[in-house]
Amino acid sequence: MRTDRIGGSPNRVGGIGRVTGSQQYVADIRLQDVLEVKLVTLDCARARIISIDTSAAEQVPGVLLVMTAAHLPQPVPRFGPQFSDRPIIAVGETKYHGEPVAAVAAETKDAAEAAARLVKVEYEELPAIFSVAAALDPAAVLVQDPALRPNDPLAGTNVLREHRFGWADVEATGADLVVENAYTFPIVTHFAIEPHAFMAAPDGDGIAVWSSIQHPNWLQKILSQILGLPLAKVRVYAPDPGGGFGGKQHTKLEPLVAFMALRTGRPVRLILTLDETFQAVRRTSAEVRVRTGFMSDGTLAFQDVEANYLIGAYADIADRVVSKGSYPAAGPYRVPAVRIVSRSVLSHTTPATAFRGFGNPQVNWAVESNIDEGARALGIDRLEIRLRNLARKGEAFIPVDTPADGDWEQTVRRAAELIGWGTPLPPGRGRGLALGIKSGPTTGLSYATVRLLADGSVIVYAGTSDMGQGARTVFAQIAATELGAPLDWITVVMGDTAVVPYDQQTSASRSTVLMGNAILRACQSIQAQLRTMAARLHGIDEADIVVEGGVVRLPDRELSIIDVLKPGLGRLGGELVGNGEMRKDAEPDHPLSGSAAFFEFNCTAIEAEVDQDTGDVILVRYVTVSDVGKALNPLQVTMQDEGAAIQGLGHTLMEHFIFDDKGRIRNLGAIDYRIPTSMDLPLDMQSAIVENADGPGPYGSKGMSEGALLCVAPAVAAAVRDATGVAIRDLPLTPERVWRALRDRSTS
Amino acid sequence: MSEMIQTVLIELTVNGRRRALTVAANHTLLDVLRDDLELTGTKECCLVGECGACTVSLDGRIVDSCLVLAVEADRAQVTTVEGLAVDGHVSPLQQAFLDKGAVQCGFCIPGQLVAAHALLAENPHPTVPEIQEGLAGNLCRCACYQQITEAVLATAEGTDR
Repeated sequence: MRTDRIGGSPNRVGGIGRVTGSQQYVADIRLQDVLEVKLVTLDCARARIISIDTSAAEQVPGVLLVMTAAHLPQPVPRFGPQFSDRPIIAVGETKYHGEPVAAVAAETKDAAEAAARLVKVEYEELPAIFSVAAALDPAAVLVQDPALRPNDPLAGTNVLREHRFGWADVEATGADLVVENAYTFPIVTHFAIEPHAFMAAPDGDGIAVWSSIQHPNWLQKILSQILGLPLAKVRVYAPDPGGGFGGKQHTKLEPLVAFMALRTGRPVRLILTLDETFQAVRRTSAEVRVRTGFMSDGTLAFQDVEANYLIGAYADIADRVVSKGSYPAAGPYRVPAVRIVSRSVLSHTTPATAFRGFGNPQVNWAVESNIDEGARALGIDRLEIRLRNLARKGEAFIPVDTPADGDWEQTVRRAAELIGWGTPLPPGRGRGLALGIKSGPTTGLSYATVRLLADGSVIVYAGTSDMGQGARTVFAQIAATELGAPLDWITVVMGDTAVVPYDQQTSASRSTVLMGNAILRACQSIQAQLRTMAARLHGIDEADIVVEGGVVRLPDRELSIIDVLKPGLGRLGGELVGNGEMRKDAEPDHPLSGSAAFFEFNCTAIEAEVDQDTGDVILVRYVTVSDVGKALNPLQVTMQDEGAAIQGLGHTLMEHFIFDDKGRIRNLGAIDYRIPTSMDLPLDMQSAIVENADGPGPYGSKGMSEGALLCVAPAVAAAVRDATGVAIRDLPLTPERVWRALRDRSTS
Repeated sequence: MSEMIQTVLIELTVNGRRRALTVAANHTLLDVLRDDLELTGTKECCLVGECGACTVSLDGRIVDSCLVLAVEADRAQVTTVEGLAVDGHVSPLQQAFLDKGAVQCGFCIPGQLVAAHALLAENPHPTVPEIQEGLAGNLCRCACYQQITEAVLATAEGTDR
C-alpha cells in the first residue's frame, strides 16, 4: 500500500516548515509600519473605573493612540458566541483580573510598554465572586448586570443557565445500594505554547484581521456585525495556530485591535504574553455531586448528577460547555433512570471557554469514580461492573440520541488485556480503569473546493484550522486516494476567508468527519467529470466507467487519471473543479438541538504506585484505547491519543489556578503553573485503537483527539485508591494532597 | 519614566553569518533574533526561561534566549533552528522528528530541535532517561514527548551506521 494514501502515515503536510522554523504563526508575520499594542489592566478582579488619565502615556515618543472605552461607539458593542455579553474593552467596571481597561498603540514594543505603565486609572475595588458557594449565596453581588439578560428569569442570580437532562423517575427507582459523593475539578488553563496573537489592518474599504483562531468564519461574522461591514469586506487570515485545544475557538481581542487599526489607519498587532493568555482562557472548574443507584448484581439502577460549573465573568462558549459536557454524564451505560442538573455559574474570573473534552472530563471524573466506589462496596470487579452495564452497539443508551455507534466492549477488553487486568500485582501497586464518552458535533456545515489541475496536481481548499491535529495531512491523503496524485503534488489551502469556502468551526473532533466528507464529495464531483470525459474520449457509456482509488476503469482496461485528464482538457489545458458540502442540521426538539454525529469512546487503564514519603504518584504503566472507526493516518491517531492522555495528566496530577482574595491568579505564568514535561511521563505508555469502519466520516472514520483525555483522572485516582486504599475526590492529585490523604488515613 | 534607551553596537555570528548591529541595551537575544534579524523560527512564549520555546545555542551552550541580553551575546556564535538544515536539506534529526511523529502544532519544535541537537553533540548515544532529562526544559503542550524521545534515539542510532 502506498504510504500517502488513506491508512498510511506519511510525514506531516506542513512538517518541513515546522522543523525548519519557516512556518509562520501570527507573531512571525511582519506587516509594514505595524504598531505594537500593549494592554492596560488593573491589579484586582472587580473594580469600578472612576477615571482614566491617558495624558502622560500619550506623551511617550512613538505613542499614537491610547484607546479606552470612550473612543468606541456608544454603547460599547458587546459580543460572544452564545450571549453578546463581552464588551470590546472594560466599560465602567472590570469583571476579572486581567480584563483590559485601555490599550496603547505605539511605534515600538518598548514605547507601548512604557506608555501602558503611565496610564493612570483611578478605581475602586469592589467585592467579587470567585467560587460556586459565593456565587450561589442569595446575598451575592451579581456578576452580570441584569439589563444584559432581558427576559431571563435567572437574571437576578449568578446562574447563567440551568440545564436539566435525563429520563425516567430517579426518585421512584429502587436500588440495593446508593453511593453518593462529591467531587471537584480545578480551574486549569490551555497553555498553548503559542500565546494568542492578533493583528488588524485597514484593507481598502474593509479590514483585514490576523488571528491565531480556530474558527475564522465565526470571527469574520462577529467582526462584520460589530464594525457594520459586509462579510466580504472582513478578511480573516488564520495561520495555523501553535496549539489551540479549544482556547482559540472564539473571538477575544480581535474587535479591539480592529478598532485600533481603523482609528490609527495603520496595521496594529497585539501579541499576548503567556501571563495574559492565562488571564484570557481557561477550562471551567466544576463541583459535582453524584448519587448512583446499584442493584446487588452491579446493574446500574439510576444516576443522579448535579454539576455546578464555575464559568467566568463573560459566557464565551462556556454555557455550551456546561450543557453539552454534562448531557452524557451517565456515561456509555444502560441506566434505567437518569437525572442531570447542571448549572453555569458566573464569577469574577477569567472567562471559561472550550478546552479539549468540552465539559465532559469534569462530570466523567465524578461518575466513573463513583462507579468504582459502588463496585468496591458490592464486591464486584471494577472491570466486570462496567462490562455488565456497557451499552451494546445500536442500543439507544441516551433516549432520542444517536444509538451506541461502536462495539465498545472491544475497546474496554483491549485496554484490560493490555494492562493485564486481574493478574497479580507487586505489593504497593494498584490498577485503575475508566471509560470516557463524549458527543461529537451536534450540528455542522463544511464546504470544500478541490481543483484538479492540468498536470494532475491538486489544490484542496478547506476552512479547517490545522492547530497540530494534522487535518492538512489527512485532507491531502483523502485527495491523494481519490484523485491519484502523490502527496507532494497536493496543496491544502486554509486560513483565509477571502479564498477558502465557509467552514463552521474546528472543534468537537469534527474535521475528519465533516470537512473530510466535504472534501470526499468534492473529489467525487471531479471523478464524475472524469467519467464524462472518459466516456467522450473513448466512446463508452458513462455507466460502464468507474473512477476510484486514483484510476479510471474502462470495461476493457484501466487508465490513470492523468491519461484521461490531459486529452480530456485538450490543448487549452485548464482544470476540473469540484465542490463538496457536508451539513448536519440542527434538530429543534433535541435537548442539545442536535444528536451526536458520532461518539468518542475511550478506555484508559493504569498501574500506579505512590511514594509514601512524598505523595508522588508514579504511573508505572499507562494504556489508552480509543474506538476511532478507521485510522486514516495511524501515526497521527497515536500522537493525538498519547498527547491527549499526557495533557490529561496535567489536570489530574499538577495543574490548577490558585486565586488570592482579590481574585488574582497567584500562579500566573510558567514558573508557578506546572504542566507535564518529559519528566512527568508514565514509565510505560501504550496506546491502541479499535477500527470497525463504523463511523460517519470518510472510509468509516470517527472523530478522535479528545477521547483519550476524558477519563484520565478517574483512571489515575482509581489506581491510587487501589494502591493505597485512599479515595481522593479533589483534583489535582498533587504530592501534597496525596501525602496529606495518606497521613490522615494513618492517623485516623 | 519615559526612557532614553541606550544602544550598543554588537557583533554576532548567527548560523555562520557575521552580523554587526546596534541593539537596545534592554533587548534580549530573543528580541534581536526575531525583531532585528527577522529570524522568527525561534519562538517567544513564557519570557521567564521555563518553556524552552526560545532555546538557541550560544557558543555551543544551550540557553533560553529570552533570558540573555543581546549585549551579553556580543561576539558569540549563535545557532537557531534556521541553522540546523545542512546544504538546504533537513538534518537527520529534523527528518527523524517528522518520521517519528514528533511534530504536532510545531510551536515548541524549534526549541526542541536546537536542544536535542546540542544534547546529541554532547552525548551521541543518550539513554531514554538522559533524553528526557536533557529536554525537560522544553515544554510541548501537544505532548509529543514520547515521539520526540524516539526521534532523538533514532538519530543517535543512525549515526552508528
